[in-house]
Amino acid sequence: MNDGTSVVTGFYTLFYKEWLRFWKVSVQTVLAPVLTALLYLLVFGHALRGRVEIFQGVDYTTFLVPGLAMMSVLQNAFANASSSLMQSKMTGNIVFVLLPPLSHREFYLAYLLAAVARGLVVGAGVLFAAIWFVDLPVAHPLWVLVFGIAGSAVMGALGIVAGIHSDKIDQLAAFTNFIILPLTFLSGVFYSIRSLPPFWQGASHLNPVFYMIDGFRYGFFGAADTSPWLSLVIVGASFAVLSLLSLWLLKTGYKLRH
Amino acid sequence: MNPAIEVINVTKRYGSLQALAGISLSVEPGEFFGLLGPNGAGKTTLISILAGLTRASSGEARILGHDVAADYRGARHALGVVPQELVFDPFFTVREALTIQSGYFGLRNNRAWIDEVIENLDLADKADVNMRALSGGMKRRVLVAQALVHKPPVIVLDEPTAGVDVELRQALWRFIRRLNRDGHTIVLTTHYLEEAEALCGRVAMLKQGRIVALDRTENLLRLHSGCYVELRLGGELPAQLEPRVAERREDGAIRLALPDYAEVERVMAALRESGVAVQEMEIMQPDLEEVFVQIMQKA
Repeated sequence: MNDGTSVVTGFYTLFYKEWLRFWKVSVQTVLAPVLTALLYLLVFGHALRGRVEIFQGVDYTTFLVPGLAMMSVLQNAFANASSSLMQSKMTGNIVFVLLPPLSHREFYLAYLLAAVARGLVVGAGVLFAAIWFVDLPVAHPLWVLVFGIAGSAVMGALGIVAGIHSDKIDQLAAFTNFIILPLTFLSGVFYSIRSLPPFWQGASHLNPVFYMIDGFRYGFFGAADTSPWLSLVIVGASFAVLSLLSLWLLKTGYKLRH
Repeated sequence: MNPAIEVINVTKRYGSLQALAGISLSVEPGEFFGLLGPNGAGKTTLISILAGLTRASSGEARILGHDVAADYRGARHALGVVPQELVFDPFFTVREALTIQSGYFGLRNNRAWIDEVIENLDLADKADVNMRALSGGMKRRVLVAQALVHKPPVIVLDEPTAGVDVELRQALWRFIRRLNRDGHTIVLTTHYLEEAEALCGRVAMLKQGRIVALDRTENLLRLHSGCYVELRLGGELPAQLEPRVAERREDGAIRLALPDYAEVERVMAALRESGVAVQEMEIMQPDLEEVFVQIMQKA
């Protein structure tokens, strides 16, 4: 703009605010999910070792690490966008971002990138903590990065939708407990879907989170339950649909501008 | 020059509720304008439409010529709004909240003005305190500061002094008056009508989503009430003056509402003819609150 102000600054400030919001309470938003993932690793790694069919030549605990890291990435990306928006709506301080001249695209992008950032920080934390306990190969680092970013972006966009739609904590909790948790737990985090009966294998292929976990895991082991390219297409399509939905909600002002 | 605020036939409907029923008004740059009305009159809805928080069902609204919907960036750059609710972001200190708000408006390196706003609103010793730790009055000051952080030419204050102490009220009005002298347009809604009377050059009164009065404050005071005479008498009030009684106080004083000052002489004549002595007498101007009550009763 020609009056000494900058659109980029507005967008960047909103992103930075969202970054600060979770970073200031990083014990709760970063450290706690890393610890939870490590507990899963400890308990499931010990309890299910040798009982679950996984990839040839891959130790079960090692197999578990990318899935747990990705699950943490996805859950935290979703939580960041959804809880920030819902809390701002509940406390009324959403008005501070509705009054400035921010477009719906800037609004969307800032919340999305903050969600991706938290997802990746937590995911990196889980991986960093896990490598002290397991020898983790990284066959295709680019795939790891691509699925880490794409998965957290999908869940960030879903978090924006959930945060805008939810008026109360229990609505958001329902979103988390009845959609996010089942999708992530039934996505092959703890097992390869090859070990499932045919019906559940088919059902797993209808779960977009399965493709995020599977593609991410391919980046580490060079092996997966399905092609990483197919996973990328499905994750990309999920991202496109959810992004269009959240942009439409923001543009129309659904539950934000009356 | 474009009006600071231009509202043309704006309506807003929430289901079966008609919150605004065709509001039109214009506020000129540099004005100190009052928007008055009982709860539910539509003041906050109108402000929300100007701020882009609510979308009008029909009609047009512009800030300094910028349509609030089609040119929302221009409109929002030109407008600073102090919301009615005491809201804050619990994650940040006062200075962080102001710096972030400034950034939303695309401003970097705005520290000098932020410092000035902090100083003028007596927030200097709280600048690095988390918002959660502030009292209600202090939070209200921060809300005002957040609205001013991008130096908007048009400032809307939606009941900014609700529930705040006298000290803040006076500090706030000193600062707002200074901004008004510097050329900022101020629009104020308040339930403290003495504030509106003292500050606003022009006033619009709303009732049930309609403007029922819109004029200069002195014209409203002059046109609608005449004057009051407060009397303490040595005897009974003559019967012919009974229709003029506005109030009988417990201490015996009687307040008469008169349509104009010429009527004072007729009251005195009636008292003389009845042989009633006047012990004390005071002629009073009506205040905006009385005008407001009259207008709301008639509308």
